Amino acid sequence: MKMIDRQLVTKKMSGRLALNQTFKGIFIAATVLTLIILAILLYRIFTQGSSHFSLEFFQNYASRRPEQSGIKAAVVGSLWVMAVTIPIALILSVGTAIYLEEYAKKSKLTSFIQTNISNLAGVPSIVFGLLGLTVFVRFFDLGRSILAGGLTMALLVLPVIVVASQEAIRAVPKQLREASYGMGATKWQTILRVVLPAAIPGIVTGSILAFSRAIGETAPLLVVGAFAFVNYLPQSVMDSFTVMPIQIYNWAGRPQVEFQAVAAAGIIVLFIFLIVMNSVAVFIRNKFQKRY
Amino acid sequence: MALSNSQSVRDIIKEKKSKNSTNQIIEKLIPGILFILALISILTTVGIVLTLIFETITFFNRVSIVEFFTSKEWYPFFENNASYGIIALVSGTLLITVIAIIVAVPIGLAAAIFLSEYASDRTRRIVKPILEVLAGIPTIVYGFFALTFVTPLLQTLIPDLPLFNALSPGIVVGIMIIPMIASLSEDAMSSVPNSMREGALALGATKFEVTMKVILPAAMSGIVASFVLGISRAIGETMIVSLAGGATPKLTFDPTESIQTMTAYIVQVSSGDAGYGTTIYYSIYAVGITLFLFTLILNLIAQYISRRFREEY
Repeated sequence: MKMIDRQLVTKKMSGRLALNQTFKGIFIAATVLTLIILAILLYRIFTQGSSHFSLEFFQNYASRRPEQSGIKAAVVGSLWVMAVTIPIALILSVGTAIYLEEYAKKSKLTSFIQTNISNLAGVPSIVFGLLGLTVFVRFFDLGRSILAGGLTMALLVLPVIVVASQEAIRAVPKQLREASYGMGATKWQTILRVVLPAAIPGIVTGSILAFSRAIGETAPLLVVGAFAFVNYLPQSVMDSFTVMPIQIYNWAGRPQVEFQAVAAAGIIVLFIFLIVMNSVAVFIRNKFQKRY
Repeated sequence: MALSNSQSVRDIIKEKKSKNSTNQIIEKLIPGILFILALISILTTVGIVLTLIFETITFFNRVSIVEFFTSKEWYPFFENNASYGIIALVSGTLLITVIAIIVAVPIGLAAAIFLSEYASDRTRRIVKPILEVLAGIPTIVYGFFALTFVTPLLQTLIPDLPLFNALSPGIVVGIMIIPMIASLSEDAMSSVPNSMREGALALGATKFEVTMKVILPAAMSGIVASFVLGISRAIGETMIVSLAGGATPKLTFDPTESIQTMTAYIVQVSSGDAGYGTTIYYSIYAVGITLFLFTLILNLIAQYISRRFREEY
């Protein structure tokens, strides 16, 4: 008995192989297409923005005239907001992560906290803006201040950092803990001196990536009420402010074509921040990555 | 602890005991403090839900719920006969989402298949991080790209396309979610064990047949979950649509028209000067809660799919 009809196989084979090749081509094309789009996007921004990108751009405030417009207030505003966001977000999320990984017993409440965090990660950022507007701006009466914006941002990045920190803490091997207990250390001593130091590279990497997301976020701060036109540098956390993405949004929305170059130059500055933050994250990951 | 001459053993024991008692206090306090920190995440959710609900109730005291769900017009800025029909904003949002999904699903899935099934290890190691760059670009940059590059490009193809339309931001939102769909689908496909690939290949299947008949069905739950998450992302996207989509809420399914999405409306109101306490001010919460519910349901569906239908090998 013939198991395989060779003729039939040969007849069908060329068609099947051709199909394979065609689809391989399509899959490659799709991948290449996304890379090309990325290239076009970056190329466009840099060619559009380079004409306006100069030292003065960093020294000037926003202006009605495109040639005098600068990003100074926005850069400083972004730094202020981050100065509020980073410590608060870190304390909240690392604390939550330690609690969930080290202390929490498997109860309904902890699994509720866990689901809750993963759901929070999927809430659109503009909804966080509404929360910030109602709770921080109105209820706590912080006004349209850096503090209100920074707190809103801290809540926005919280779920991302919690998840990253949890993974980092979970990756610390049991033996390290057991050795520490064996030496007579208490639980908190073990966490503080053994677990956290081992988990810190992972926590820091995840946090930097989260904060570099936050620095590009526009919507929540627009809702909380960052101003688009700020002609001074904020002096305290209660001052009103603007940030880079909002400044870019404002420039991009203007009808005059000249402002497009200004917006593109603003985007270049934003990119510089992102590249620096991401490189630091990659550096930490490569430098401190330990395998046990 | 070294035993010095001036310290007796008794002293050392005493010192150790006093240290232990402060330690014990710390040990008891710390879990409580950390628990409170963990509660903040719940408080955030509670805060979101409560603020949305309370302010929405105020809104519905002024505008009837029936009008909100049945009226086809959203004209909050008409002073005398303002109309609040959420359908107009929802249709704008759905239009953007549909266009985005049409762009993102085929390209994202194809890229995922290439990376997981066809690409060499080396190619994957280079291409994947580049895709991640695409995912890390702030949405405001995508909005600028839509307004200054994609729209003019589309205008050369469709001459009477207005400056603000649904097509251009829809496409760009699609581009924005490609990396997410690609990377989540790739994860799902890579986790299909090699033995299944090898089994099919040994039977004489081509790579394409293996992909279509073995890998895709096996990884389907992860792939579908990535689509659902992509839809949820597209619905919640804000800056691209508020820059390039226009501000004309209307019930239309014509992608060349100017529209407004739920998110873009919230931005328009909060960056304009709708004063605190006006009906317009409260309307952003009614829109916000609608948006929140849409994305929450989609996220729950995605979680359910990837948990319920996950194939374990």
